[in-house]
Amino acid sequence: MTARVIHIASNTFREAVRDRVLYNLIAFALLLSGSAILVGQISIEIERLVVINLGLTAVSLFGIVIAIFIGIGLVSKEIEKRTLYTVLSRPVRRWEFIVGKFFGLAGTLVVNTFFMAIGVFGALLYVAHKLTSSDAMILIALYFIVLEFLIICALSLLFSSFSTPLLSAVFAFSLFVIGSFAEDLRGFAGMAHGLTRWLATGAAYAVPNFSAFNVINLVAHGQAPSGQLILQNTLYALFYAGMALSGAVLIFERRNLK
Amino acid sequence: MPMTSQRRTTLIAAASLVLCAAASILALRRVDELRPRATLEDVLYISSPKVVKRASLGYDGLMACIYWTRAVQYFGQRFHNRSLSYNELAPLLEMTTQLDPHLIVAYQFGASFLAPQPPFGAGQPERAIRLMEFGIQNNPQEWHLYYDLGFVYYMELKDYARAADAFERGSHVGTHPFLRIMAARMAQHAGEFETARTLWMATYQSSQDKLVQQNAVEHLRALKVDEDVTNLRAAVTRFGQGAGRVPNSMSELAAVEKWPGIPADPDGNPYTMDHDGHILLKHPEDFSFATQGLPPGFKPIAKFHDQ
Repeated sequence: MTARVIHIASNTFREAVRDRVLYNLIAFALLLSGSAILVGQISIEIERLVVINLGLTAVSLFGIVIAIFIGIGLVSKEIEKRTLYTVLSRPVRRWEFIVGKFFGLAGTLVVNTFFMAIGVFGALLYVAHKLTSSDAMILIALYFIVLEFLIICALSLLFSSFSTPLLSAVFAFSLFVIGSFAEDLRGFAGMAHGLTRWLATGAAYAVPNFSAFNVINLVAHGQAPSGQLILQNTLYALFYAGMALSGAVLIFERRNLK
Repeated sequence: MPMTSQRRTTLIAAASLVLCAAASILALRRVDELRPRATLEDVLYISSPKVVKRASLGYDGLMACIYWTRAVQYFGQRFHNRSLSYNELAPLLEMTTQLDPHLIVAYQFGASFLAPQPPFGAGQPERAIRLMEFGIQNNPQEWHLYYDLGFVYYMELKDYARAADAFERGSHVGTHPFLRIMAARMAQHAGEFETARTLWMATYQSSQDKLVQQNAVEHLRALKVDEDVTNLRAAVTRFGQGAGRVPNSMSELAAVEKWPGIPADPDGNPYTMDHDGHILLKHPEDFSFATQGLPPGFKPIAKFHDQ
């Protein structure tokens, strides 16, 4: 079972690399090095802040775009090319296919994030001429970004398991935007009464809370997120991704592929 | 060899691309000439920090950096053009600090952009104070902010009591002894050249930024001129009380006062005197912030010297 999941995951990773997904690293490198040089000339004393803020924001946004646009095609493309039938005609369960695809995409994003992280630290070294202990906090922000990717990957797969690529992209991107406002939604629930309050509270818990993962500005100022936040965010991301993945498996198991 | 159809198309498309790109640039330049620049510069498309914060989808740190850069560019451009209006500066700074309340540099530089009178700043010390108070509220442990607040009260508003209060508040933060000394000095020596000199020296020593240091150097040079001219005026008055007239020259004044020579400004140029006994700088344009020794109607310009 594990071997089959790993096999599908590694194939998904290879396919992403063949699709030139990692080419985004070139754009990222240009963006980061360009901004590191430019900001030093047009602004005052924020070179380090810009490199961290821009670097981590780019890691996050590039990753989310990749997660959505690859995730939505993972199932539909296999159906369209009819390769899914070849896979499923072998001793591979449908859930193994979905889980394997998830890990393959997550792996692609982790590798992508790893190279981007090297870029961020390189740019930081260029502008600050040295790395300090507080720069290690950037690793925590990167870890939270990866957790964010796990949720987005799982959601993209969930939508991909029952919808068209275009609609899946719209759903996934909408959820990302709504998830960024999750705390406002909770605030709105707190102000409402009766049924509206229940509905708003339900919606606030149903959408992924991406704002909890965003500690970019905090680490840019050299402050460390608490250990409890790291633990709880990890649990939240795993449970939420698990929930979305389970939904994807449930739908895909029952999907008529004829 | 005859040109193939594909090759011909490629050549025509490439030529068309280059021509159209050049033409579009020329057309845009013409459009820019037709549109008044002021309408392009004086616009804050979104004036609500809350809206910008929401629209940034949580990436508000990056937005703060962008707004800070806009504020620096806005100030720099207007300062360079010797503009007298800085209408969007305070909103840009407020937007920046509300997006990232911990961006200390925006408070420190922001106050020094806002507080001085034009052409050296926006001439809005009240907005500078509001900005600094917001900074202190969000960063109560930053002693620099109390210092800068006291500085604005002292230098721009001449409100020595509030300056003393700001230094006093700052003296309780950390263990920086300077603020306690300044708070004590305010009680007896407010308004004196030495107190102002101490403040500018502290600004010079506590900053690593070259521009801040150059600004402090210019102010220290101007302070020296103001102090010299004040003392020379006193000497002219003394001379007048004894001789019943103004001195004919600086040499005559120096001889009566028993000075070894004619006093000189920080650049080594001797001070001069007009026929009414007014003390004047030889090159007033070299002392941007001097308030004494200037010829009538002289308008200062910002000029920075090596430290």
